[in-house]
Amino acid sequence: MSDSATRGAIEAVFRIEAPRLIAALARFTRDLGRAEDLAQDALVAALEEWPRQGVPQNPAAWLMATAKHRAIDLFRRDVRRARVHEEIARDAGDAAPPEPDPDVDAGEGDDLLRLMFAACHPLLPPESRVALTLRVLGGLTTQAIARAYLLPEPTIAQRIVRAKRTLAEARVPFEIPRGAEREARLASVLEVLYLAFNEGYAATSGEEWMRPDLSHEALRLARVLCGLAPYEPEAFGLAALMEIQASRFAARRGPGGEPVLLLDQNRALWDPLLVQRGLRALERAERLADVRGPYLLQAAIAACHARARTADETDWGAIVSLYDELLERLPSPVVALNRAVAVGKTSGPQAALDLVDALAEDPALAHYHFMPSVRGDLLERLGRRAEARAEFERAAAMTGNARERDLLRKRAARCGAGNW
Amino acid sequence: MRFMMLMIPKGYEQAAPGAMPDAKAVAAMMKYNEALQKAGVLLALDGLHPPSMGARVSFPGGRPVVKDGPFAEAKEVVGGYWMIQVASREEAIEWAKRCPGGENETIEIRQVQEMSDFPDDVRQAASGFEKMPKDPGAPKA
Repeated sequence: MSDSATRGAIEAVFRIEAPRLIAALARFTRDLGRAEDLAQDALVAALEEWPRQGVPQNPAAWLMATAKHRAIDLFRRDVRRARVHEEIARDAGDAAPPEPDPDVDAGEGDDLLRLMFAACHPLLPPESRVALTLRVLGGLTTQAIARAYLLPEPTIAQRIVRAKRTLAEARVPFEIPRGAEREARLASVLEVLYLAFNEGYAATSGEEWMRPDLSHEALRLARVLCGLAPYEPEAFGLAALMEIQASRFAARRGPGGEPVLLLDQNRALWDPLLVQRGLRALERAERLADVRGPYLLQAAIAACHARARTADETDWGAIVSLYDELLERLPSPVVALNRAVAVGKTSGPQAALDLVDALAEDPALAHYHFMPSVRGDLLERLGRRAEARAEFERAAAMTGNARERDLLRKRAARCGAGNW
Repeated sequence: MRFMMLMIPKGYEQAAPGAMPDAKAVAAMMKYNEALQKAGVLLALDGLHPPSMGARVSFPGGRPVVKDGPFAEAKEVVGGYWMIQVASREEAIEWAKRCPGGENETIEIRQVQEMSDFPDDVRQAASGFEKMPKDPGAPKA
């Protein structure tokens, strides 16, 4: 094997092992930042030793043993320092470092779940939660995350460093929250995964309209979460939603890379394997749920589209009732806007336009390009082409994504200039 | 990136109809499958009955000819597959290496072609697919 091939193989091992490694080390050291550093040290050691001595029989065990030895060394150093510190300051409360948890190898799955909860801690700003999650659970390099978000590498690096410091300073316990807290914390984990998925699904900026690698990574983590929390209906709801949305990747971009809207998509290009996985996850979510949560309901809406063989066969009545239920769970103007689109299919464009106009003053929609884009569509269907054109132009000016802007401009042009 | 890992067990080309792997091998394989699933990379997997229960359809001169198994000319045959979604070819290889494979087993790793791999004309041709008549009896899911 060439050096670069060996390096690639080692990095592949590390990507597979990193989350479990960091999770076990975080419980051992009770410090996520240190755990991640230790895992990185183990990777550096592997990159030095494996090309010379060959990849060990059990690379996971090798990485863990290496990291653990280093953790113990660091712990001893900290104890020595603490003693010195204690003698000088007599500040016992602050001085003693936490004892490492000796039971390093127990409860691997629980460790991963703890790691997810810690990385998505509400103490951190949402963009830091996403970066930290992709780093410690996705095993992505800072460079890969920066590329996915089209941000400079130091920006992401700083987010991760700050996030780890915040968690350490707040002494956030490395735990699986229970009771009422669990629900809120789980919601944060789900939100982080969906944010990452959406960033790949409809890139908010840049030339490319989709960055599927990022979405696939978020989907993978949602599947992992389902394995770790097999009785959480919303975890399965989110996984179902992502599987179904991911099934449309090939259909969502035209031959020239331009976006293709859901109802215009060639359904033969939808990935049947992911559709089936999505429907199965949705079934499981439905079985587990006492009350249907927001992700489950969004997945159920996506499933209505997935089940329709053609756009004309879409059960819009079912979709409107699902939006009604979703609006109860999650009263948000964005949901209301989507509901209005569905109403436009059951009750005609005027009924929908009335609903949309009722939302016009909502500040949450003021910068949302979907708002003028929906109005444009409804106005076009009502034959009010000049107004439609102006709305599409407005939407085009609001989106940060070049591909989407092109599509909106085309729709504006289609409404013609003659009606002014 | 999506990869198919094809399991090729030597001797399976001659296996009797209904031949099954032994329980111990299945137990080890189940553990492996579980590891793939826990890692969130497994999309689908299946084991296949031996070719002695199958058939081959070939097209000499463009016309279908059916031949029942086993197939004397087959040197190696697929015994099953895993479909996985990973970030790199190296990662697919790393997963294949972890399979509790036996002495006579080989795993072949093949990347699944995606729409974005194709040139424009092929993509255009693929988007005409929908205009083909559909089987009215097909399930709606």
